Amino acid sequence: MSAKKTTEASKSERRSAASVGAPRGLGSQTAKQGKTMLGAEAIVASLEAEGVDIVFGYPGGQAIKIYDALFDSTQLHHVLARHEQGAVHMADGYARATGRPGVAIVTSGPGATNTVTGIATAYMDSIPLVVITGQVPRPVIGTDSFQESDIVGITMPVVKHSFLLQSTDELTATFREAFHIASTGRPGPVLIDVPSDLAGAEMVFEYPDQVSIPSYKPTYRGNAKQIRAACRLLEDARRPILYVGGGVVTSEASDELIRLADLMQIPVVTTLMGKGAFPASHPLNLGAVGMHGAKYSNLAVTESDLLIAVGARFSDRVTGKLSEFAPHADVVHIDIDPAEIGKVREAQVPIVGDAKGVLAGMIDQLVKDDAHPQTQAWIETISGWRTRFPFYHPNIKEDDAEIVPELVMEELSDQLDPRASVVVTEVGQHQMWAHQFVDRETPRSWLSSGGLGTMGFGFPAAIGAALGCPDKQVVCVAGDGSFQMNSQEMATAAINGVPVKVMILDNRALGMVHQWQKLFYQQRYSETILEPNPDFVKLADAYGWQAERIDEPGQVSDAIARMLAHDGPYLLDVKISPEQNVYPMVAPGSALDDVMGAIDVAVGAVRTDMPATPAEDRSPCATIDAQFGGRWESDPDDKHERMSAEEFSETEGA
Amino acid sequence: MKHVLSVLVENKPGVLSRVTGLISRRGFNIESLSVGPTEDPTMSRVTAIVNADEVGYEQITKQLHKLISVHKITDLTDEGAIERELVLIKVNATPDRRNEIIEIANIFRAKIVDVGRSSLIIEATGDEEKLRGLEDLFRAYGLKEVIRTGKIAMSRNSKDRSAE
Repeated sequence: MSAKKTTEASKSERRSAASVGAPRGLGSQTAKQGKTMLGAEAIVASLEAEGVDIVFGYPGGQAIKIYDALFDSTQLHHVLARHEQGAVHMADGYARATGRPGVAIVTSGPGATNTVTGIATAYMDSIPLVVITGQVPRPVIGTDSFQESDIVGITMPVVKHSFLLQSTDELTATFREAFHIASTGRPGPVLIDVPSDLAGAEMVFEYPDQVSIPSYKPTYRGNAKQIRAACRLLEDARRPILYVGGGVVTSEASDELIRLADLMQIPVVTTLMGKGAFPASHPLNLGAVGMHGAKYSNLAVTESDLLIAVGARFSDRVTGKLSEFAPHADVVHIDIDPAEIGKVREAQVPIVGDAKGVLAGMIDQLVKDDAHPQTQAWIETISGWRTRFPFYHPNIKEDDAEIVPELVMEELSDQLDPRASVVVTEVGQHQMWAHQFVDRETPRSWLSSGGLGTMGFGFPAAIGAALGCPDKQVVCVAGDGSFQMNSQEMATAAINGVPVKVMILDNRALGMVHQWQKLFYQQRYSETILEPNPDFVKLADAYGWQAERIDEPGQVSDAIARMLAHDGPYLLDVKISPEQNVYPMVAPGSALDDVMGAIDVAVGAVRTDMPATPAEDRSPCATIDAQFGGRWESDPDDKHERMSAEEFSETEGA
Repeated sequence: MKHVLSVLVENKPGVLSRVTGLISRRGFNIESLSVGPTEDPTMSRVTAIVNADEVGYEQITKQLHKLISVHKITDLTDEGAIERELVLIKVNATPDRRNEIIEIANIFRAKIVDVGRSSLIIEATGDEEKLRGLEDLFRAYGLKEVIRTGKIAMSRNSKDRSAE
């Protein structure tokens, strides 16, 4: 009996927090239980019962009753954003940094529609959010009344689930279900639309502890037979790779991942979402893989004979040309979402389950089998590539007078305490440089919009992360384009005393698109020059921030130190050249090992395989369309082989 | 290949658009669709015919399973399930040709539900082949309007085979 209990205890330890799904707060045990109150007060009481302590939002006519109820709450701290999109990104950043669901409250109509990008961002990256939108009173729904929008309909493709509240009877159960759905299984955003007449109606507050959703039962425990099959493949593999995505962060499976990698000596590549799940300092860490990943990581994936994908979804930004992605490898695919398995790449061993438990199960099995790593030769090969193709070499510096963004990122990485900091990025070139050069040791210390690639995400997300982790140094690495998409949130940071640091890699251009125009569109820089930018230092000053601008390489180190040492919010505007490109790069539609611009030490540490200027006489669009193989992905009847960019342009010419 | 999907969903507002929206958003086309209540008032049955290859079909069902509102998906494609559809056909019928048309309708066990000065409305149920045959025969007289309900299907077995 006691032995059985111990096994059960050790099994329950293996469950990630996401698999529990019970209220984090007191649930039915709050002082408000059983009291008669208004619907709006019951919403606040429900959030309190869920253990929520911070909400982000923006009031308005149809949310006014909820805000009136918030006025009396001692538990909920409301952060007033300056735009609803900012509020949702803040809730998202909070959720990514803490692992707890983020909550946003907005009004109907434009307030609700402004949340769409934030919700879609969270959906693509599987982030738990509960978004509460005010709605016009039930009797006028459907009459195009003032500030009415069908937000449930609008957000349907980008939510995990949504509710249009129909009666106060279902209010508390709806909130319990929303939090349960948002934070369990593969997490995601859940929207609750609250008609304002319900917010004003009287009801008795009875918060449930349990949920009963018969149609929603995520699979946490991996199939034991499949786990054994995966172990057999691994025991025989000579060139295995662990391909790690954001699911490992969500599942809190880093310890198990490290143990498995150590036990079988498996090199690890991480996606943008998986960064931090495996320590950068670990000798088996190969870091970034994909379009702007290291050449050695991409070669390692291409040459691997076994790819163990954990909580990763074979995004086109990782795989490049799909038919040439890891062509020699069997695939073990571990994911809690069965729909991800086989969606893009066929898996020889599919395992549906929570990464934490599945990896632990694999370790147990391998120990039982007395398995030994056979990867020494493989690790040596990769190590050779690593020495030969470094991310950076002083040789390639183009101009001594210009600040080199790669070195700025390296300096930032060196000055940050990896265990006491969170790095958040916007989207673009700076994001890729940060991905390549900022080292992260722990999960939830790297936040970036991976799937949707939302410019304007990073800065508000950094505010949310800083509010969720007050003991951590939060730095947002931004581009001048991205930062201007939600710069109004400087007010939010200043007023709430959020000591967030914003470091702008300022090239006066939309750098990533500019780079594509340079490489693939004959340097026709259509609408990618932002010159003249506003004076960011003056802008920061206007919001009551400290700020500084630097434009010489010698200033970088001290300026970063000053930024990090400052108590409050701080903006550091780092001028870099608009001509800087992110390398290495795999052209869209190319194979993962077809890397442009990687540094090759063997030929004197210069960038090799630089892209040729496209011929003048053909449309560069062909190359770009080829990123989806020159065909529409969605046509189920199209069984044709995917075309390479060259093949595609040949057919164009013929 | 055509797949007949029988999807048991919560009987709540907006559920149909969740199901159809998901199928179209993932790039598939719905060929036929019908929705109706079931023996359980909290549940509705969506019968959809979708054209997809094996991989595509697997994606559709897996994605549908992820919808919180979807309780169960049954694949009735290879079941030899009973498929039925109802069709209303308004056919040109001058008085002198009325009898011919009624004769054809009788052969197909179709009903005449309305008689007009120059047209008849015929109601017929059956499987796809029968209804196509009927429509072809009436075409010769001139079809004014054809309306079909979309297919519904039911497994012959007492126990449904799950689509997983």
